[in-house]
Amino acid sequence: MSVLVYVEHAAGVVDEPSLQALTLARGLAGGDALQAVCVRVGATQSPADALAGHGVETLHAAAGEAFAAHAPCAIAEAIVELSRRLSASAVVGPGTERGNEVLAHVAGLLDLPLAANCVAAASSDGGTNVTRVRWGGSLLEVARVHAPTALLTVQPHAVPIETTSSGAPAVETFTPTLSDAALALRVAERLGAATGGISLADAKVVVSGGRGAGSAEGFAIVEELAGLLGAAVGCSRAVTMAGWRPHTDQVGQTGTKIAPDLYIACGISGATQHMAGCKGAKRILAVNSDREAPILASADYAVIGDMHEIVPALSVAIRAARSS
Amino acid sequence: MRILVAVKRVPMTGGRIVLTEDEQAIETRHLGFTISPHEECGVEEAVRLIEANGGESVVLTLGPGEAEEQLRDAMAIGIDRAVHLVTDGEEWDPQATAGAILEVIREDEAANGRFDLLLFGNESADTGGYQVGIRIAHALGRPIATGLKAVTVDDGTVRCEQEVAGGRDVYVLPLPAVVTVKEGLNLPRYPSVPGRLRAQRKPLESRSPVRPEPRLERLRLVVPEGEGKQAEILGEGAAAAPRVVEVLQQIGVV
Repeated sequence: MSVLVYVEHAAGVVDEPSLQALTLARGLAGGDALQAVCVRVGATQSPADALAGHGVETLHAAAGEAFAAHAPCAIAEAIVELSRRLSASAVVGPGTERGNEVLAHVAGLLDLPLAANCVAAASSDGGTNVTRVRWGGSLLEVARVHAPTALLTVQPHAVPIETTSSGAPAVETFTPTLSDAALALRVAERLGAATGGISLADAKVVVSGGRGAGSAEGFAIVEELAGLLGAAVGCSRAVTMAGWRPHTDQVGQTGTKIAPDLYIACGISGATQHMAGCKGAKRILAVNSDREAPILASADYAVIGDMHEIVPALSVAIRAARSS
Repeated sequence: MRILVAVKRVPMTGGRIVLTEDEQAIETRHLGFTISPHEECGVEEAVRLIEANGGESVVLTLGPGEAEEQLRDAMAIGIDRAVHLVTDGEEWDPQATAGAILEVIREDEAANGRFDLLLFGNESADTGGYQVGIRIAHALGRPIATGLKAVTVDDGTVRCEQEVAGGRDVYVLPLPAVVTVKEGLNLPRYPSVPGRLRAQRKPLESRSPVRPEPRLERLRLVVPEGEGKQAEILGEGAAAAPRVVEVLQQIGVV
């Protein structure tokens, strides 16, 4: 028996959610072997070295031209072939958009249950008990997976990475047999992101406006403050639904998930939908007219009052501080 | 063309989630309900595609009797008819949900011809399983693209733009196909009063499928402990600005 983990990598560099999945999977495997699977295109770097210290016995690299462009169903067929060969008791992947997509294809191919975005897992009595997130992390569910092979993904940035003294895994390359349907389902073209401005997902400081901004024009003061701080401008879902800002600016469960050093939330009450998107922020400053707004229970600092008075005053004070 | 769009009724949770005493569900007595956000955009997209190409759009949900409200909402903005898989309020796991929807699709296609496009949300706001659309694509042997922010139908294909880090990946799928979409795909319209009146007269077919034993079985729900934070109040109104700047300087932002 073994536990198989799908690892995402770019030219040998493994992303954090995959390492977090390895940590959860190692606990689930107990004394059983931990195996990893990745795709490898041509002569590109294998992530074997990056997996040293994560307890992986063998890294199985699925090779072939099928993987030259991202092909979620082909990756899933490779995982299914390998998991059968290894008699895997569980297949675990990162709970990223792509990780969830690949594991859902595995679930579709095998017609087995899939528990997405788990934060804990343990096998017991021929099944697997998991804790998984609902509502983008605002609620947890304790659940049981009834299946001979448990399929799980791991909620990103919820399980701290733990390392062991293990060395780099042995690498075994395999060429999976793929269906025509899987071969056809691949990325045909990559469009670059619109350039200009600071990316919300990567910004060190984000200044957002909510319903309290009052209108599209109400964002002028938010943009001014953001400009002074070299920050990205964000907003709440109420704002995008009103058409005041484009959806690409939305911070939230159904928008962008951010992790800045500082998040300044102006006129945002702090609905669970919004907090699911900004819980990765190191510090939160709330500007809100309501002392009892839910966001104050998640914020580090607060200023009470009308954002239309406070935000311009902040810009003035920052300019003054810089010129003195 | 024919399009089916699946939606889910979810509560509008507001600022804080409170559970029922048995920890099996969210206390919803004081909450309103809506179509899960990604699927609202799915409904809007189905309406736009039929407006542009002609044909028929069908909205489907699996949920309690009250979920008729969400089906009428979808018909109020232009969906032609609805199918309601009525539950007793108990949750169905993703596999069971996909199985019940699949049965409707197969029967409807046998009677009315195939759906060119099956539209799902990428994941529901509440349970967030990320899998119903993909399961249905596998069961029907149809191609699927997920997490889409743009869907263009042209000459027997659907061009799908999926948001990824640093840009968008494009898939071009032959029809019939399955797509799962995300909020931001479009800005859903509000229903008009005449639209709401028309929706009351549009056909709604109800069925009561039997819930199979869950294979992903919910045991209980837990509200995660808050970080126990109590925001430090830096002041009130514009007068607080100098104190805020001090704090911003301390943490190295100014």
